[in-house]
Amino acid sequence: MSDVAIGQRRQPFALRFPSVMIFLAILALFTVGVTILSEGFGIGVISTSFIKTLGKTLCLCLVALAMDLVWGYCGILSLGHMAFFGLGGYAIGMWLMYARTEIIVLESLAAAELPPTPEEVSNGIATQIFGVVGSSEFPPIWAFAHSLPLQFAAVVIVPGLLALVFGWLAFRSRVTGVYLSILTQAMTLALSLHLFQNDSGLRGNNGLSGLQNLPGLDDVPQATVSLWFFWASALALGLGYVLCAWIVSGKFGSVIRAIRDDEARVRFLGYPVEAFKLVIFTLTAVIAGIAGALYYPQAGIINPAEIAPIASIYLAVWVAIGGRGRLYGAVIGAAFVSLVSTWFTGGQAPDINLGFYTISWVDWWTVLLGLSFVCVTLYAPKGIGGLIDLITDRKSPNRHGASLGPDQGSLREQEAEK
Amino acid sequence: MLRFVATFLACLTLALPISAQQADAPIQQLLQSQSDLIIESSRRTIGPAIDALANSGMPEAQVVLDKWQTREMWVNKETGLFVYAEEVDRDTLRIFDFADGSEIAEVPDDGFDQLKPNSGIRGLIGTALVQFQLSDPNPDTRQRALDAIERGAEESHLAALRASLPKEPDALILARKQRLERLLTIAYGATDAERIEAIQSFGGDLGVDVRAALNPLLAVRVEAAEALPADADIGRVLEPGSAALSRDDAYALLVAANLAKPRISVEEQRNALIANIADGQVAGIQVATLNSQEARDMAYAALAEQGTVTAVATEAEVDQRLSNHVFFERYVGAPPEVVFAAQAALNAIENKVAINQMFDLSLDALSLASIYFLAAIGLAITFGVMGVINMAHGEFIMMGAYTGYVVQLFIPDYTLSILVAIPLAFAVTFGAGVAMERLVIRWLYHRPLETLLATFGISIALQQIAKNIFGTQARPLTAPGWLDGSLVINDIVSISYIRIAIFVLALLFLALFLFVMNRTRLGLEVRAVTQNPRMAASMGINPDKIKMLTFGFGSGIAGIAGVAIGLYAKVTSEMGSDYIVQSFMTVVVGGVGNIWGTLLGATMVGFLQKGIEWFNPSNTLAAQTYMILFIILFIQFRPKGIIALKGRAAEA
Amino acid sequence: MSMKFLSTTAAAALLVSTLPAFAQDVSCPIKVGVLHSLSGTMAISETTLKDTMEMLVDIQNEKGGLLGCQLEAVVVDPASDWPLFAEKARELLTVQNVDVIFGSWTSVSRKSALPVLEELNGLMFYPVQYEGEESSKNVFYTGAAPNQQAIPATDYFLEELGVEKFALLGTDYVYPRTTNNILEAYLKDKGIAEEDIFVNYTPFGHSDWSKIVADVVALGADGKKVGVISTINGDANIGFYKELAAAGISADDIPVVAFSVGEEELSGLDTTNLVGHLAAWNYFQSADTPANEEWVAAWKARMGDDRVTNDPMEAHYIGFNMWVNAATAAGTTDVDAVRNAMYGQEFPNLTGGTAVMLPNHHLTKPVLIGEIQADGQFDIISQTDPVPGDAWTDFLPESAVLKSDWKDLGCGMYNTATSTCVQIKSNY
Repeated sequence: MSDVAIGQRRQPFALRFPSVMIFLAILALFTVGVTILSEGFGIGVISTSFIKTLGKTLCLCLVALAMDLVWGYCGILSLGHMAFFGLGGYAIGMWLMYARTEIIVLESLAAAELPPTPEEVSNGIATQIFGVVGSSEFPPIWAFAHSLPLQFAAVVIVPGLLALVFGWLAFRSRVTGVYLSILTQAMTLALSLHLFQNDSGLRGNNGLSGLQNLPGLDDVPQATVSLWFFWASALALGLGYVLCAWIVSGKFGSVIRAIRDDEARVRFLGYPVEAFKLVIFTLTAVIAGIAGALYYPQAGIINPAEIAPIASIYLAVWVAIGGRGRLYGAVIGAAFVSLVSTWFTGGQAPDINLGFYTISWVDWWTVLLGLSFVCVTLYAPKGIGGLIDLITDRKSPNRHGASLGPDQGSLREQEAEK
Repeated sequence: MLRFVATFLACLTLALPISAQQADAPIQQLLQSQSDLIIESSRRTIGPAIDALANSGMPEAQVVLDKWQTREMWVNKETGLFVYAEEVDRDTLRIFDFADGSEIAEVPDDGFDQLKPNSGIRGLIGTALVQFQLSDPNPDTRQRALDAIERGAEESHLAALRASLPKEPDALILARKQRLERLLTIAYGATDAERIEAIQSFGGDLGVDVRAALNPLLAVRVEAAEALPADADIGRVLEPGSAALSRDDAYALLVAANLAKPRISVEEQRNALIANIADGQVAGIQVATLNSQEARDMAYAALAEQGTVTAVATEAEVDQRLSNHVFFERYVGAPPEVVFAAQAALNAIENKVAINQMFDLSLDALSLASIYFLAAIGLAITFGVMGVINMAHGEFIMMGAYTGYVVQLFIPDYTLSILVAIPLAFAVTFGAGVAMERLVIRWLYHRPLETLLATFGISIALQQIAKNIFGTQARPLTAPGWLDGSLVINDIVSISYIRIAIFVLALLFLALFLFVMNRTRLGLEVRAVTQNPRMAASMGINPDKIKMLTFGFGSGIAGIAGVAIGLYAKVTSEMGSDYIVQSFMTVVVGGVGNIWGTLLGATMVGFLQKGIEWFNPSNTLAAQTYMILFIILFIQFRPKGIIALKGRAAEA
Repeated sequence: MSMKFLSTTAAAALLVSTLPAFAQDVSCPIKVGVLHSLSGTMAISETTLKDTMEMLVDIQNEKGGLLGCQLEAVVVDPASDWPLFAEKARELLTVQNVDVIFGSWTSVSRKSALPVLEELNGLMFYPVQYEGEESSKNVFYTGAAPNQQAIPATDYFLEELGVEKFALLGTDYVYPRTTNNILEAYLKDKGIAEEDIFVNYTPFGHSDWSKIVADVVALGADGKKVGVISTINGDANIGFYKELAAAGISADDIPVVAFSVGEEELSGLDTTNLVGHLAAWNYFQSADTPANEEWVAAWKARMGDDRVTNDPMEAHYIGFNMWVNAATAAGTTDVDAVRNAMYGQEFPNLTGGTAVMLPNHHLTKPVLIGEIQADGQFDIISQTDPVPGDAWTDFLPESAVLKSDWKDLGCGMYNTATSTCVQIKSNY
């Protein structure tokens, strides 16, 4: 391994892993293409609602990348990354709500006969935001909501800190495999149950809404705003992809793959396994948080149902269908499944009339999706990404000596030999 | 009267009147005089009408009240005359005359309005009927009278009740009457001594009715004075700012008693300032500077100095006033001696109440634990013994419940249908489990994480299929009549029979599991295969078959659990997902691979959840959140669960 | 918006203000968007409303359609996923170009769609009883506001049943929270002490009710009559009522009035042990009027004999017919014209009397209180005169000063104390 690795390291990163360049090129082309076809800046073939869907899909691809890094490369099947995604959304949502409401309140108080006191402004904002859940006071967690930089920081810090603490607790007590999955699922459930309570201070089941209206930019049409977010999402996905590719291509990447394949052996070799896992777990949580912060202003609303355990399971399924252990697989999986899902549940898919029974896709799509996981797991463990191998006619990785970068994919040995 | 007959003849096509109604009978005339009130049918205004009937002294009045209470009184839309009636069929009434109880005719119901006294009015009627019913020959009627007294006691009931005591033949009813007599004495007894005696007779009684009789005696009014009066009826002394009396409330009390100057709300202050704006200034202060509370306070004080507004109390004055007064409770519910007796009796009761509440909570926790155990026991087999993560476990529970529902569609007898449903649910889910094991899981034994995903796929597919077949609406699964109601130990401790049945079922399953695993050849082979499949295979055991059967067994038990859970809660396509995470946690917390661990895990989870609910009774959701957090932490410190397998078994 | 449409506007740049509206008017068929979840947790309630809308559209088409056009129902499935409500609303308004939307059940789904409706100036009819505290220019609320359901039911408890101690049990989400807040303030107004109000919130789908029921029974220990006001939602009711029945709590001892339990919910239950407990709605299937008989018969003929009708269905029935009449009166389906024609629209209720659309986008409706019967239907025991819906409750201090009047004031959140419009758009 070492010879090849050293030989490769002399080449520039981009050349060693052409898939990164290909991916970035496709992403750039896609972004430019969508912009040209959009309503906001182009000829208006693609509707604003579809731009939003595409922008959201890019964010989902980003969180799928994070999931692939933590599961496909490091072997931690986390069922908690959508919780981090949601936390990022909540963090940015708090500022969006606060700032938009502040403008409204200041405007309405400006008409009053006495200049408003700070208490009046604060009460006014609180009443507007929390009136819907029958409260008129700011909970302590809103202390930084007035400041965009602080909430931006929260997008990174809150999911990162939660992942750090949770990961530290879990990894140090050597909770691994399915136990860890169940534990992360429990964390997600606890978090969503907590947020479901009105007392959580984040408006309970209602969550934060109206996030698509950017404060102070009421005059900018949504057609434009949606494109801004689309660009930002594309940029974040591009950067995220490069970052992930860089991580998995180096020595760090080799170690985390080794942890996935045989944790005990890596520990005996003297690597601090827990530290490596913790870094990956936290880093991916941060990426998920950023993806969430971009996603929810496009969705317009965030509420606890978004971080229910099932969302995280779906995330794992996207990565599995796309092909885990290869970064573009995660992106393909997330984009493919979420877009197909939108198409089927949107009622556009034609119903199939069997004569005695009409298959309506709205009813049967979930069944099809469920069964397709089973088939993918059983018959195509490489997922859709495996098709790329067929096209390029490349063999599955030869684990003995070959590079294990993002291009070659990285499956468990016994799977690859099948 | 002829006119009425003619009206009837004209409008009735169904039957001819047998006899005419006596419109001038005294009872009918009495009813007519109260007609407006009776038809308006509101508890606020109905009192005089009921009193008029009850005090009329007419024997028919009892019939009227009785029929009215049971919604059998109707009024003729045309004539306004009241009758009572029974419904012959949907559109036809057989009407009777109140005057002599004679049948008048069978008529279509279009010409009549049914009087529907609401529950409040029915209660008042019941109260009025008590005097007639206490000595009624029919024991059911007497019981009804006692019910009415319990729901709405009146002072007059005491005498009536006492009068009826010597004539009571039925021992049970007599005991109930005596108890009620003592309760009424507490409230309405003529002398204090009599009341105290009645109070003391209830030493340690747990009945809600006793506390309901005693608590009103302890009613207090908070008062303030410069010095504590020496009256006998003074209760606690309250400190302003304490939990019992907030600082604001205490001061409001002083203001109300004209002992202090009023304070002013921020809102009122703002309005006062606005009202006094002149040339962009308030009392010489620029309006634009009034953008903080301090500035507004100053402006207001300046206004007060000018005399334009009344001065208000400052914080210092408030403190000073509060410290100059004592605040205390004065008993207003009863004379002091009675209050102290009631207090003593309540104190004695309260300790017992607390103990019994603990006991009741434990029963609830036990019941919840048995439900969790029931939901998790199938998983204890598939996950615990075989190490297979089956996310579709919840859907097997759902399949069992729907099997029960379908059986009830075909077998209307609830007892029989449950007896059929249980084995059938086992058979259905056993089959589903075996099919799933053969088709999917056996290919994934060496890839546990993939099993999780594949079974999750099956889970959402099964859920959606159930939705497509049975719809999204919850389906009824009704328990047989003998499981209705609850076992009442006293007014505090009770548990429904259905929960007891689930508890028993959980115990049965535990026994079944232990029997199968420890006493049968299948169990032996299962243990052999889980510990070392190759060695087991070389001994002539077919590991494939054993794994298939074990998985089927675990799934089948989930099916039966589904029937039980459906009986106690609901049958929906999503019921499985309510239990899946909790079930996994129960197994993991208890310790994988050990049924006693699962039992302990379920017990711990059940008791923990109820315990947290007890601390925070207004928010059940928080209890669930904290429970999960606790479990997460618990697993950090005991990753292998309460009962950790040691040695080779742990490696399997 | 199609390309063709865009080029039309570009060509007629000077006439932008009138042309698009006109172009929209003549386009047949007239599209009616239906935004109800057909999958996910809310499908249980909302699918019925989708069927109702399809039936109403068919009935209208049989009558000859609207403005010489046939109506077409455009059904989308937001799948009980709240963000999807916003997405689908945008799709309906911009891609499908619907003229009106009938949709949403939960408040959160409405609040999700609201910004889109306000941005694109759409028109939505919302058919479910809700917590109030909202009045959007682009939404007509045909369900009950709190003063049309919760307050009258509480009055009934206070005055008719003589309840002195209240247990407010609810599912933990916005409707029960806000309703209970309003009720708490209202009860305190009526002289009920704070310690005589017990509030409890449970999660969606809660099934373990024994302790809560025991707590409610224990409330009777101080000798006051206890009543339960239930805002428990959906499936959780089944476990709750089963536990009530098992505990043998009779409606005469501890009456329960529910705001979210209708005919549909009771069909999942054996109601023999629940006879006498109450529900408050603006409509019950058992209402004895010719219009209702016809409606129930039409529904059963279309959907099957075992199907029941319920209150939100009547809300859609009234809302749809009012919209048809308003569009006819305006001679167009243009949103602003229809909106102005809506104020003062009258249409007969299925329960008798007439519903009137108020300038605050709410209806006047009678309040009905029904007792549960053994057959799963309700026996109507009290029916008030029509009550005008109040967008902002009078019982919370912050809301008492607010009023909504889109007709004259052109504001949904008007502060009467300062005589200013707080905001034109809504709180989301």
